[in-house]
Amino acid sequence: MIEFRLPSLGADMDKGTLLEWRVQPGDNVKKGDVVAVIDTTKAAIDVECWHDGRVEALLIEPGDEVPVGTVMAVLREAGETAEQLRARIDALRAVPTVPTSRVTPVAGVPRRVAVSPAARKRAAELGIDPAELTGTGTDGAITLADVEAAATKVHAPGRAEVMRQTIAAAMSRSKREIPHYYLAEDVPLAAATAFLAEHNSTRSVTERLLLAPLLLQAVARALQRYPDFNGFFRDGAFIRGIGIHVGVAITLRNGGLVAPALRDVPNKDLDTLNRELLDLVQRARAGSLKASELSDATITVTSLGEQGVRSVFPIIYPPQVAIVGFGRVLEQPWVIDGVVRPVPLVTASLGADHRTSDGHRGGLFLAAVRELLQRPQQLAQASP
Amino acid sequence: MNRDELRKVLLDCLSHIAPETDVAALRPEERLRDQVDLDSVDWMNFLVGVHAALGIDIPDADAARLRTLDQLIDYCASRLR
Repeated sequence: MIEFRLPSLGADMDKGTLLEWRVQPGDNVKKGDVVAVIDTTKAAIDVECWHDGRVEALLIEPGDEVPVGTVMAVLREAGETAEQLRARIDALRAVPTVPTSRVTPVAGVPRRVAVSPAARKRAAELGIDPAELTGTGTDGAITLADVEAAATKVHAPGRAEVMRQTIAAAMSRSKREIPHYYLAEDVPLAAATAFLAEHNSTRSVTERLLLAPLLLQAVARALQRYPDFNGFFRDGAFIRGIGIHVGVAITLRNGGLVAPALRDVPNKDLDTLNRELLDLVQRARAGSLKASELSDATITVTSLGEQGVRSVFPIIYPPQVAIVGFGRVLEQPWVIDGVVRPVPLVTASLGADHRTSDGHRGGLFLAAVRELLQRPQQLAQASP
Repeated sequence: MNRDELRKVLLDCLSHIAPETDVAALRPEERLRDQVDLDSVDWMNFLVGVHAALGIDIPDADAARLRTLDQLIDYCASRLR
């Protein structure tokens, strides 16, 4: 039996709202299939199931807001019968999942409110708690009209406002709990830019490479040598990440930030990484990310150089233990063999957790990033 | 394809990359990247979209010179001629 639970899509998420089931009871689900669409404070996210099975029961309805970890559905595995699952499903149904958006304390007793699906959907869009409304429908049910009427009266926080609060919560926690140290290193990019220029001069626009995937790959390969920057700090101890999944900080144009992950970066060649990055950024800005992409990152990379700043002092996204920043690529005077030459440079910076590493180790890690970027041809190949 | 049709295709490509942009309000003679917050990934996705829609493969060196919507329309018109 598989209990499909609401996953945590980041340290800053403690609940989510079901927008839509993508499956019905009786459907067969394969590992990686999208099962549900969940609204978080950041975006609507496709949530995948990581087991094969047959949908036996859906335990919550669209519009329900439930805490992370809530069993949302039960799937039957091969070889099981419906009877074997019935007791567990009945038990789960008997314990009300207490959708947080539907309950409001009235004289200490939770009040369950009947809300039409359309009203619930609209209320969620507007950020209104239907439980606080007075319904005019049958048996006091809250209708779409009730929600619309309430919307004209109350100030509903928009998504941008909610997202700002979410980011604030995660960053406050980071600054409160994580003793950061910061390092920076200038990285000559003459070899990297020459490599890209040569590669791109003969390629169609669909096969052209950007600098960003090369920087991401340099970070990922450096993490292979210094794995103490790849992972999480949980319950007082460092837990090494399984695989190197690099979160890419992506600014959303209407405000806010997401950092979905590119998975298993060292095992990918540059063409693959480039293609995946283009796709990831476009989907992030269109609001169609997958759950696994938002919960997987073992480190984050932020490139604020595009906005024109020379260097970044990045703040760790908890429970990760490190974040790498890249500034703007600038032509700078640089001394090579006693001669001053103009060289494209980027400032790479590291924000790291002193509970898991020291500045010396961080310096070695950044130096590895710098060295790897001097040999772009090697970075272009998938790690053997 | 006349300039108005080209303009529409290019703005469609842009809308796909930056759906929240009011493309009708863009000033065609001003730098596009000053009006729409486009980074290098968006720009590349835009060029790939133009390639798919019009079959025009804009080389890196040319793309770097194309800054305004008018310049893009002129360029695509000359390439299609």
